[in-house]
Amino acid sequence: MSTIPESGWGTPVVTETQPDLSARARRIRRHIVQMVYEVKSGHPGGSLSATDILTVLYSNLLKHDPQRPDWPERDRFVMSKGHCTPAQYATLAEFGYFDVEELATFRRLGTRLQGHSVLGSPQGVENTAGSLGMGLSFGLGIRLAARLKGLDNHVYVMMGDGEQDEGQVWEAAMASAHHSIDGLVALVDRNGIQNDDFTAATMSTEPLDEKYRAFGWDVRSSVDGHDLAAVEQALIWARDVRGGPACVIFDTVKGKGVSFMENNPTFHGAPPSDEQFELAMSELADD
Amino acid sequence: MTSTAPAPAATREALGPTLIRLQQEGLDLVVCDADLGNSTSARAFRNEFPERFFTFGIAEQNMVSAAAGIATLGSSVFVSTFAVFAEHAYDQLRMAVAQPNLNITFVASHGGVSAGEDGASAQSIEDIAVMSSLVNFRVIVPADVVESAAAVEAAARTPGPFYIRTARAKTSVLYADGPRFELGKATPMRDGGDVTLISYGLMVERTLEAAESLAGEGIDARVLNMATIRPLDVDALEAAARETGAIVVAEEHLMHSGLGAMAAQALATRHPVPMEFVGVDNRYGESGTWSEVMDVMGLTADRITEAARRAVARKA
Repeated sequence: MSTIPESGWGTPVVTETQPDLSARARRIRRHIVQMVYEVKSGHPGGSLSATDILTVLYSNLLKHDPQRPDWPERDRFVMSKGHCTPAQYATLAEFGYFDVEELATFRRLGTRLQGHSVLGSPQGVENTAGSLGMGLSFGLGIRLAARLKGLDNHVYVMMGDGEQDEGQVWEAAMASAHHSIDGLVALVDRNGIQNDDFTAATMSTEPLDEKYRAFGWDVRSSVDGHDLAAVEQALIWARDVRGGPACVIFDTVKGKGVSFMENNPTFHGAPPSDEQFELAMSELADD
Repeated sequence: MTSTAPAPAATREALGPTLIRLQQEGLDLVVCDADLGNSTSARAFRNEFPERFFTFGIAEQNMVSAAAGIATLGSSVFVSTFAVFAEHAYDQLRMAVAQPNLNITFVASHGGVSAGEDGASAQSIEDIAVMSSLVNFRVIVPADVVESAAAVEAAARTPGPFYIRTARAKTSVLYADGPRFELGKATPMRDGGDVTLISYGLMVERTLEAAESLAGEGIDARVLNMATIRPLDVDALEAAARETGAIVVAEEHLMHSGLGAMAAQALATRHPVPMEFVGVDNRYGESGTWSEVMDVMGLTADRITEAARRAVARKA
């Protein structure tokens, strides 16, 4: 068991040790690659860059209970970059929200596992997403309502760095600080690549940390999003920020864990070929 | 006559007082505002329930998405601003509200050309088309302040998303004896057998004037207030078509994409009859008093009367 201090905000979560987390992250990565490979569509790159953050969050930080997905006092994870459903579904399946076998239905007609996140499909998916830039606002709304109803929860909103182009993100950033809303944690998966190209070539969003600070947020930046201990430390810090919103900017590698996908814009939204799939799965194998 | 007619009032004036009453009656309401709460009347709610009133500044997209988040914790959320600014958050209304079918009511004031002096940018002539394009949304335009209060209450008590267009102008009270609003149902305002005149919002009063004028010519016009545009009361439309044989739709909206177009589509399959239309004809408005702009845009009792004559003449 890890030594995560209990948050003053609620019951402690069951925590897992780092070797367990590493194995779990590898399983999630294998699910991601397999889901996208089998249906020949989906977004592996941003799913793989977010995997370690999701693994630590769901394992050690998020107050949740897969047996009671509608538990009112649960923390919420909001996937604002709604194309990264492979990572989201694989994580939910790993935690028992539904059978891992159901991952094979991803993006197929009649599935609950839609291409982009759909609120409540299945339970555990907390928001509808796909059109970028809306999740932070949605998370702010959840926290405003929770505060009104006296619920002591946290809302973790995952965004991409390309997503920071959207003006609504900054409307939400301004409003969150204005309302002194705490328990709202923005997680930026800064993998440096968006749909067409590298983010630096598409639209300059830096210095992102200074922008969030200027909007009134507490910020930790340049956290290694693949160092599980560093991720955990940053998430604990963000969880315990009081009096206002917190933002963690993770430096990640798009396609992390699969050599030919890493830092390659092609795999934002493309499946691997047969040969590439075999190579990816061998790279992601347990020892 | 011993009683005097009620003073004219704007349909937008019903929002704040109705929400206060409903919250006092025990409903779980939250109100979101984008710096126009004084104009929409929503801000009155803040005086009574400040903890349930959230300001978002002039940022409609954030307001709508945040309202969606609020709604997931069980409150009925009311969002208000001007009708033209509601369209600013179309994508958010579509993805974050309509698709998850959340319990959100958008009350959009200053609807139609009767926003008047503010000019074309402030005059929403396309909002009914835009909001009717959203699956799950109920679209309502009350004809007076009494019906407006009834529509707000119906939305607060009914799950799922609503769009309610209210108006800036003070107009006559048509339901001085109480509302007859029923969600999803056309309200008969006058009986008649020669033609049916259908309208909503501020055009209902002008339609009633037209019916009076037609009576003087021996044309007996039925008048329906189609306050609920979505879902459309197709049964009332079909009955009107069968029983009067001709229909005129008059609306404060672009003619090619409003109630007239929706009614014609419905009747084309149910019971086609001659139809004529009064509305904004593919143009933007201009500054002027609300009634001047309505007149110059052709939204008059005279135009409705002329359309009714044409429709009756086309009956086989």
